[in-house]
Amino acid sequence: MESPILKATNFNAFFGKNHILKNINLEVHKNNVWAIMGPSGCGKTTFIRCVNRMHELVPDATVNGSLKLKGEEIYDMNPVVLRRKVGMVFQRPNPFPTMSIYDNVIAGYNLNGIKLSRMEKDDIVETSLKQAALWMEVRSTLHKKGTFLSGGQQQRLCIARALAMNPEILLLDEATSALDPISTSMIEDLIQQLKSEYTILMVTHNMQQAARVSDKTAFFYLGELIEAANTKTIFTNPKHEKTQEYITGHFG
Amino acid sequence: MALSNWKQKLTPLDNEIQQLKSEMINMWEMVLSQLRKAEEALIKKDKDLAHEVVSTEKRVNAFELKIDRDCEDILALFAPVAIDLRFLLAVLKINMNLERTGDIAEGIAKFVIDLPEDFDSQLLEITRVSEMFKQGNEMIAEVMDAFEKEDTGLARKIFKKDDLLDQINAEAANVIARYIEKNPSKTASALYILSSIRKLERVGDQAKNMAEEIIFYSEAKVLKHKPKSRKSSPED
Repeated sequence: MESPILKATNFNAFFGKNHILKNINLEVHKNNVWAIMGPSGCGKTTFIRCVNRMHELVPDATVNGSLKLKGEEIYDMNPVVLRRKVGMVFQRPNPFPTMSIYDNVIAGYNLNGIKLSRMEKDDIVETSLKQAALWMEVRSTLHKKGTFLSGGQQQRLCIARALAMNPEILLLDEATSALDPISTSMIEDLIQQLKSEYTILMVTHNMQQAARVSDKTAFFYLGELIEAANTKTIFTNPKHEKTQEYITGHFG
Repeated sequence: MALSNWKQKLTPLDNEIQQLKSEMINMWEMVLSQLRKAEEALIKKDKDLAHEVVSTEKRVNAFELKIDRDCEDILALFAPVAIDLRFLLAVLKINMNLERTGDIAEGIAKFVIDLPEDFDSQLLEITRVSEMFKQGNEMIAEVMDAFEKEDTGLARKIFKKDDLLDQINAEAANVIARYIEKNPSKTASALYILSSIRKLERVGDQAKNMAEEIIFYSEAKVLKHKPKSRKSSPED
């Protein structure tokens, strides 16, 4: 079997003395969509923020154990390089407010001082916006500010911005929870298309979304990874009682 | 992970499921009553009681439709998962099994209505049809108990009980043939009893199907199409 693209082995994360993630062991294989679920405060967002090392931006944040991306320890990598390989989209769409749609997409390269020809930039912008299913809506208004778009379009612009860096993994932190149902549906369709090229970890509170969109589901509770399995198994016959209690709405 | 074990506050879905369970028990009791009345009607040649069974069948059918609709509503509104989903799927199938059991009781009652005046009660004895009724009714009652208590141990005991029904059913054709040879004028009566025996054998099958569904929703195990010897063991 192919090696996992992401592997956590006895991985722990702390905010000061608060032990937020406890001995996480998880293997994520390429081109899978993982739903990361659990009640508020369970550590799911902390987990994905460890994957792209945003966790350490918080003062007093520490980690121990192993977290590897394609066999390489994430915490030994250059974080800037890492964050190109691991793109992230947040709950609230956050296109850079002063930049045009075009510049938003290409921002990763500009901000990192990576020089590209005009043709290369055009190509990246078009490809990324097409991948994010936004190209047809904005191709004639690329010069307009990103903030002029609707919420759903802004979120797809953020996805395009992450995809422009050609990441290995895409992290979605409740990326549709601030959107209307139609925009949500468009992004869910997009996830299904993107998984042929990317590995996706999505934190979601929406269990129906997790059931619809993901291949695998990881259930976190009080900082522990309680159960990780095929989504179908989690939703038809979870092994752990806590998982069953959560997905049947008895807490969370 | 039984439905009855929740210590937490009941969710709206839990309340719907409890209500559905009550409806199922009510339908079950009605069907059991139908079987018992059909038995009594046959043994006593009571055509009035048989008519009562036939007219009550409409209520069994109405129950089936209501339970189907309730399941549909719950599925649409609550999108249940895991044990709740398995419970709904099991109820849909058990509902169908119960309705068919009701049909069996009605079918036997219709035979009673059409029984010739010179019906020979000896036929009931030699064919052991009373034993079949007793066993079949017991199986339906016990599987209802298993459903109410979510007791898969009780459900598993049902499979063995079907052996008696199969045995009597298998012997019935020869018994009836010998009887008809000796009593050719009573052929019609004999054939009515043979048909009743065939129907009662199916009561056992319906009870087994219901037991399989109870085990499915409680333990997420599918016993359908497995050999009988493997159904009784909790390891399978």
